[in-house]
Amino acid sequence: MHDEDKKKDIDELSGIETTGHEWDGLKELNNPLPRWWVWVFLVTCLWSFWYFIVYPAWPVPGGATKGTSGYTQFKELAESQQEIIARQQAYLEKFEAADFDEILNDPALYSFATAGGAAAFKDNCATCHGSGAEGSKGYPNLNDDDWLWGGRVEDIYTTIQHGIRVHNDFDTHMSQMPAFGKEGLLKADDINAVVDYVVGLRDGKASEDMAGHTIFAQNCASCHGTDAKGLREFGAPNLTDAIWLYGSKRADIYHSVFYARAGMMPAWKNRLDENTIRQLAIYVHQLGGGEE
Amino acid sequence: MSTETPEGDIQLFQKQERIYPKRVAGVYRNLKWLAMIICLAIYYFVPFLRWDRGPSAPDQAVLIDLERGRAYWFWIEIWPQEVYILTGILILAAIALFFVTSLFGRVWCGYLCFQTVWTDLFIWVERIVQGDRNKRKKLREGPWTKEKFTKLAITHAIWLVIAWCTAGSFVLYFNDAPTLVRSFFNFDVSPVVLGFVCSLTFMTYLMAGFAREQVCTYMCPYARFQSAMFDQDTLIIGYDEKRGEPRGKHKKGADWTGLGDCIDCTACVQVCPMGIDIREGLQMECIACGLCIDACDDVMDKVGLPRGLIRYDTERRLEEKNHDLPISKYRLLRPRSFYYMAIIAIVGGIMLYSLLNRSELEMNILHDRNPLFVRLSNGDIRNGYDLKILNKTHNDHIYALQVKGLDGAIIEMVGAGDLDEMVLGVGADSVGQFKIFVHAPVEPQKPIPIEFVLQETQTGVSDRYESMFISERPH
Ligand code: SF4
Ligand code: SF4
Repeated sequence: MHDEDKKKDIDELSGIETTGHEWDGLKELNNPLPRWWVWVFLVTCLWSFWYFIVYPAWPVPGGATKGTSGYTQFKELAESQQEIIARQQAYLEKFEAADFDEILNDPALYSFATAGGAAAFKDNCATCHGSGAEGSKGYPNLNDDDWLWGGRVEDIYTTIQHGIRVHNDFDTHMSQMPAFGKEGLLKADDINAVVDYVVGLRDGKASEDMAGHTIFAQNCASCHGTDAKGLREFGAPNLTDAIWLYGSKRADIYHSVFYARAGMMPAWKNRLDENTIRQLAIYVHQLGGGEE
Repeated sequence: MSTETPEGDIQLFQKQERIYPKRVAGVYRNLKWLAMIICLAIYYFVPFLRWDRGPSAPDQAVLIDLERGRAYWFWIEIWPQEVYILTGILILAAIALFFVTSLFGRVWCGYLCFQTVWTDLFIWVERIVQGDRNKRKKLREGPWTKEKFTKLAITHAIWLVIAWCTAGSFVLYFNDAPTLVRSFFNFDVSPVVLGFVCSLTFMTYLMAGFAREQVCTYMCPYARFQSAMFDQDTLIIGYDEKRGEPRGKHKKGADWTGLGDCIDCTACVQVCPMGIDIREGLQMECIACGLCIDACDDVMDKVGLPRGLIRYDTERRLEEKNHDLPISKYRLLRPRSFYYMAIIAIVGGIMLYSLLNRSELEMNILHDRNPLFVRLSNGDIRNGYDLKILNKTHNDHIYALQVKGLDGAIIEMVGAGDLDEMVLGVGADSVGQFKIFVHAPVEPQKPIPIEFVLQETQTGVSDRYESMFISERPH
């Protein structure tokens, strides 16, 4: 460094020292800061010291300093949850006292129920039924108007409570479809004939002249009904409509007859509280297929 | 942060030099009084103006109702959806400011800015209580006597009262004014309101009582970017150097030869609220309040010379005079004035159009995303939609909903009780929310464009909304 470099660089025009920074010939004057600015800066520094003391701030091994106020985000979360629960309480009391019919006709209770049901659905039911309740192969779509075990709000409530084919629940929905092929109940020709008949039902082209008709009447009608429209007490699906839980292709139907189908659903009675189950029932009911 | 002054001592910060503007009388001072009275009157009294809107809406002429999301301005009512009107107002205000600035310089700063108006008001209080410039200065710089203490206490007390009223008026624009005033007297206001009032009081007190010219010099962005709107023909406050210099003291009756008209009485410096000397030429700090003109004109009258040694003029004309060039005419209207006018006309036109054509009914439809569509047992396809009806009138209405462009379409309502899509009731000044299903016998295909039509059953006012009917998964 030359000696002259160390010399102060005084701006000729204003007589004020420059910082030595230069851009395209423009030099920055080293004017002092306004006093209020310095004060604001000092006050914010003080503020940060206060903050370090009062709030958790410094990382130390095993966490951070605790701060004198005892504040944590967990506490704040718990407090705001308490607040929400307290706000819900007013509705909850009315909700508990009202029966399904009243709730379905009271806009305030109704939206309370569906909001609660929607949240519970996402947490518990969406895993199988999908977040939009649209289902997938083997998991019913709850938006449509086809119900295996009944679509009135009371039916849905019972299904959620006791589930389907839950072995240790006395009131669960129970039925069993025979695996006609696997267990050798029907010969291969007969299976093909009855599958053709069901395909005919699917397309609205089945007739009593078909070979499968008699086989159906003897083996299937006891659960699916002579008209094949299904029987809800057995959870037997309607085979004449447009909805096919396990697929509508001939191969899917063949598979169903040969190996049988038996969907399962857990009983929620002991996992969710009564209010949540009722809210779920109302939520599912209003998805679009609810029956009166 | 530190600066070594040429003398070598270290100076951490620059002290604010206290400014004691001297009292002055004259044309521009009167204009400023007038502007102040009008501005303050508008500000303090507008919240109390009433405007009848019927029973379903508040009767305050100017009100921003944050809770219900409405803004009222006399006959105009704005919903949150129409916040673009606010954008328009802000654009208009900005361009109008540019326009005026390019024509007449910093008239906003000098006469209308709230920083200027409130500072002026606070200085006036200071003068009434403590006396004019010299007295104030002496009092301030003198020892702490009983007199100093009382006078300062009275000044600050009055400042605080004014600041409190200012803050109070501000919150009145967001609440029903008479009710809030009454609850103030009953000491029964919400902590939120109280918090706002206290912090605004403090800010007013701080800004108009202490920060003053520092706001204009250091904080205000407008003060900085206005130089972009200035050119040689913008009106500024200018000192006529040619005529004034060489300045010097002048005894009554003495000869003027060799002397300029400026008698170096520093009257213009003493009255300046920014504490600058306009004779040094146009400066960033000058807010163009015109007070130095009044002060100088007064002096010129006394020494018997023509007024206007300091005056509104343009840079170009002052320069020409300095260099003995022929002096050109004022050119207040320049191309940029017309650009600004054009922008004002366009934005104003758009706003006027949208206000005049503002519909009192609006429908919004949102297609369900999950599931996109549902197949029903009879093979029909069903789509779900959220329907919102915005009834912006002050009466209850009943609407009927239809769907067009879909053969065999049937609308179903979802919700509590019996709902009918032909009888959708929506209360005055509110939004009705409904959930609807539409189903129709369609084969899976590309989304079908459909249209919802909503019609008021009595008046026939209607709105339409284009949507989609989806029947297969998007690939
Ligand atoms: S410089 Fe800014 S704060 Fe000062 S008068 Fe102008 S607009 Fe107002
Ligand atoms: S120089 Fe004159 S016009 Fe500018 S701020 Fe001072 S008194 Fe006002």
